[in-house]
Amino acid sequence: MNFINDYYNYWIVVFLMMTGFYIVISANNLVKKIVGLNIFQTSVFMLYISMGKISGGTAPIVAEGVTQYSNPLPHVLILTAIVVGVATTAVGLSLIVRIKRAYGTVEENEFENKDDAI
Amino acid sequence: MLEQHLAALPIILPLIAAPLTLLLGRSILSWGFATFVSGCASVVAWQLLLAALSNGALSYAVGGWPPPWGIELRIDAANAFVLLAVTTISTLVLIYSKDSIQKEIEAHKHSLYFTAHLLCLAGLSGILVTGDAFNLFVFLEISSLATYTLVSLASDRRCLTSAFRYLVMGTIGATFILIGVGLLYMKTGTLNMLDLANRIAPYESSRTINTGLAFVMVGVSIKLALFPLHMWLPPAYTHAPSAVTAFLASTATKVAVYVMIRFIFTIFGVEHVFHEMNIDLILMALAIVAIFKCSYMATVQSNVKTVLAYSSVAQIGYMILGISLVSVTGLMAGLIHIFNHALMKGALFMAVGAVFYRVGSVDIKAFRGLGKQMPLTMAAFTIAGLSIIGVPLTVGFVSKWYLVTAALEQNQWILAALVLGGSLLAVVYIGRIIEAAYFQDLSDTLDPNDIKEVPLLMLAPMWTLVIANIYFGIDTSITTEAATSASEWLFQNHNLQEVSP
Repeated sequence: MNFINDYYNYWIVVFLMMTGFYIVISANNLVKKIVGLNIFQTSVFMLYISMGKISGGTAPIVAEGVTQYSNPLPHVLILTAIVVGVATTAVGLSLIVRIKRAYGTVEENEFENKDDAI
Repeated sequence: MLEQHLAALPIILPLIAAPLTLLLGRSILSWGFATFVSGCASVVAWQLLLAALSNGALSYAVGGWPPPWGIELRIDAANAFVLLAVTTISTLVLIYSKDSIQKEIEAHKHSLYFTAHLLCLAGLSGILVTGDAFNLFVFLEISSLATYTLVSLASDRRCLTSAFRYLVMGTIGATFILIGVGLLYMKTGTLNMLDLANRIAPYESSRTINTGLAFVMVGVSIKLALFPLHMWLPPAYTHAPSAVTAFLASTATKVAVYVMIRFIFTIFGVEHVFHEMNIDLILMALAIVAIFKCSYMATVQSNVKTVLAYSSVAQIGYMILGISLVSVTGLMAGLIHIFNHALMKGALFMAVGAVFYRVGSVDIKAFRGLGKQMPLTMAAFTIAGLSIIGVPLTVGFVSKWYLVTAALEQNQWILAALVLGGSLLAVVYIGRIIEAAYFQDLSDTLDPNDIKEVPLLMLAPMWTLVIANIYFGIDTSITTEAATSASEWLFQNHNLQEVSP
């Protein structure tokens, strides 16, 4: 039981990661694939952020009487990764817009030529 | 002043130039500017290679924050060598693209093409020079996002689905690398590659480190299109504009191979990756399957770009095979093949782009009778094709020679035979195209007067690469010296003794 309680943040990460990954693989709709990709990336953000937490540590701001701080570096890294994630989503969605215009559908199984499927 | 910041220039130059190119707007202006900037980057890369060969590794602290706290740019023989190849190919492709994109990309998207190309170059240079594991992920994504855009610029609608597939696979790959780097940070508390290497050593058998290794390896394998994670590559290369394919085929996957080398040799250490985790066995098996399966796939395709795309996956197999031999000669064969393959695939895809420029198709039927109509283009294709096969006096022979030498060093006779067997398949898929070009007649639907040589600006970069193919095939001293010193440097780094067979 401790194994589940002590590492609950990692269980959430693993659950989200697998959910996102499964959606990317199984979804027929291209927009849903991008949603899956987002969930997948978000799980990694949580992995990073939870490792910055230090028991009893506060926000990393110099103040009197505080000696223990959380590690701010993972948060900064994830800010960058979030930006990368947003950019990826934007490129993905704009590709979907153009696919819709060119093919008339965003459902994978509705492409006329099976070779075009993703 | 400039000397001092030389290490940062390969990233800074194209990164600043990219938005300026977009502002220039007009196709011809943005072409000239982008080519000039890329040319400057290759001059810088040449200076860096000379500096790295004479003084050893060069370290540059970004923003004045000393490593391991700040981001470090680190230039050594290995990455300066690849950087020179990448920037030079980029310049040649940009010169070539002026005419090539007229037929393949709509006019109002031309400046977007040059912008995306420069962003991709900035990302690739960044991956090569950075000494920080997280920074590597960021640059990887910069180059990848630019690549998805480049692929989707073609006028054929199938480029969209190919780009989307590439985006999904590429993002999963990059995220896997991010997870791997996160796990390493969790255990070691550092992101600087050299610092990581020192701190990983005490935790050799830690489960966190091993999981990190697994994630990084799978992620990088997707990016470098190692069989069976290569499914994004053939459609993306087939449907992208020819200039984009020529650039990507000769740089993007090569840089990913470099990332794999860096992670294995610098960060995790040969001892851990190969001797404890036995990843060399997995890599070797996948490399051999890649060589045969994808060479076979190349022989049955009708679209010449697809043929060359599958051939690329097979050639990546040779590079990984070199790495998996775990010896200085093997790694050197892998490194030299990165450079040599860039030369041959660049020339081949440029020749295919030239055929598309005149005939409007890249189907193997479109190549019929072109030997007479476009003699220079087809001669370039033939020489670069012979190089892929590995005929003596071309660079392909040099790579195969060192690969076979490395295999024989360890008495791996079967492996040497397999490398040579893979070349036979290359004879088949290159031979089919050459046969169509020289021994069949021009199809009746085409007017022989329309099919003539392509403009000089397309021929010149193509032939530069072809001449480089022959030059570096005869005078091997420069490439072997750089590759040997790079490979020895990577091995010495961790005091690994030569493995005995």
